[in-house]
Amino acid sequence: MTTTNRLRGLQTWEFSSLPRILATGTAVGPKEGEGPLGQSFDLVHQDAYIGQLSWEKAERKLLELAQQTAVKKAGITMEELTFSVSGDLLPQNVSSNFAARTAGKPLIGVFSACATSMESVALAALLVDSGAATYVLASTGSHNSTAERTFRYPTEYGAQKPPTAHCTVTGAGAAVIGQGTGEVVIRYATIGKVNDLGVKSPWEMGAAMAPAAADTIAMHLRDTGLQPADYDAVITGDLASVGLPILDELLRARGIDLKGRLLDCGILIYDQKQAEVFSGGSGPGCCACVTFAHLLPRLESGQWQRILVVATGALLSQISALQGETIPCIAHAVTFERIREQGGGV
Amino acid sequence: MSIKMGADSKRYQTMIKNRQPGKPWLRNSVRAFLAGGTVCFIGQCIQESFVHLFHFSEKTAGNPTVAILIFLSALFTGIGVYDVFGQWAGAGSAVPVTGFSNAMTAAALEHKTEGYVTGVGANMFKVAGPVIVFGVVSAFFVGLVRYLIIKG
Repeated sequence: MTTTNRLRGLQTWEFSSLPRILATGTAVGPKEGEGPLGQSFDLVHQDAYIGQLSWEKAERKLLELAQQTAVKKAGITMEELTFSVSGDLLPQNVSSNFAARTAGKPLIGVFSACATSMESVALAALLVDSGAATYVLASTGSHNSTAERTFRYPTEYGAQKPPTAHCTVTGAGAAVIGQGTGEVVIRYATIGKVNDLGVKSPWEMGAAMAPAAADTIAMHLRDTGLQPADYDAVITGDLASVGLPILDELLRARGIDLKGRLLDCGILIYDQKQAEVFSGGSGPGCCACVTFAHLLPRLESGQWQRILVVATGALLSQISALQGETIPCIAHAVTFERIREQGGGV
Repeated sequence: MSIKMGADSKRYQTMIKNRQPGKPWLRNSVRAFLAGGTVCFIGQCIQESFVHLFHFSEKTAGNPTVAILIFLSALFTGIGVYDVFGQWAGAGSAVPVTGFSNAMTAAALEHKTEGYVTGVGANMFKVAGPVIVFGVVSAFFVGLVRYLIIKG
């Protein structure tokens, strides 16, 4: 096999073999099921415990269900998968690691907080494009209650949250990526740098993460030579209603005008009228579920031809936040395209 | 191209200041006043009932009243209502004794999956602990000042 140069510019990969999204699987909790995208998810659970005995087990179960659904929909078996690339928000990536014990496939565990969703897709595409794997399962998940107890307070504690807070999504999303037939392909992936503009409060994640998203989007356009108009939509992972306008402003300051093309998974997943949504959804499950259940179908239906999904992650730990450290943030972007005929570009 | 700390950080802090929704201070204060007042009103009713129905003195009715409030708060925490009330009421749910009970019960419930000793026992005071620590420390200093001024 000849080695092809995939690097474009400074931090972007171009996948000339166009790895495809063969199938996706999503599993969510009750609040996400009641949201505007409720009908789009594969599995909606009415019980936040997903029939398990602890929140951690529930998160793991969601991840397993999403993985199994994706593999089943792809028309393959778990045995046929080459690798699983997976990550979550919990310390030591327990959900991904424990779910991988069930799946029994070679695992590449990854962590970029909420940006893990696109990090896993980017790596999966790279593995497939380089010929290092046939089928790769990229998956991420989160659970509101495990995130609450890991990063905030006990779930039943009556603390009042500010309007800039996020609501961590209870859900998991998985995608089988490989060569084959499928209408959605992965063209580019831009790996983000860690940005930190000094936001300290874990209640202000939108503002903390916006500069990372701006940097990745700007680098992506520079590396690929694409213009904002080449995209039908640029969708961030979980900047939510506070971070998205800030991102728009940061991009304009860099001369990038995405005029009405900017969307955010954290805003899409909930209805602002739902209880305790605050600025919007967050978590690795947020970007994964919305991308796989809502954004990719819009490409498949032909409504869009090319989108950029920019997953944003706040790389803080519970201890770093208590020690008064600022919040380093990262954003990874993946370009999804619709392909009409076999071998044809857009 | 990378954004660096320093001057950029300062500029960014100024920029985001007006772009984040502020805490609704007035609404929070009004709600805290109403909710906290209601909790105290209920407490007062319980205390009066002890005095008039069970012939407690004003002083001895205090302890059973607090016990009932603590129990009710723990119960509402257990059935998943208190955190919803807390989001609405803010300080109004946190300041009365019910807030302390909620902090204890929520932590105990949360860590039950990690065992009764290493989970519930070890973590029960996780949220409420500082209240006790600083309560005792400040009581010591207030007592000391009182001793020096009045008796010294």
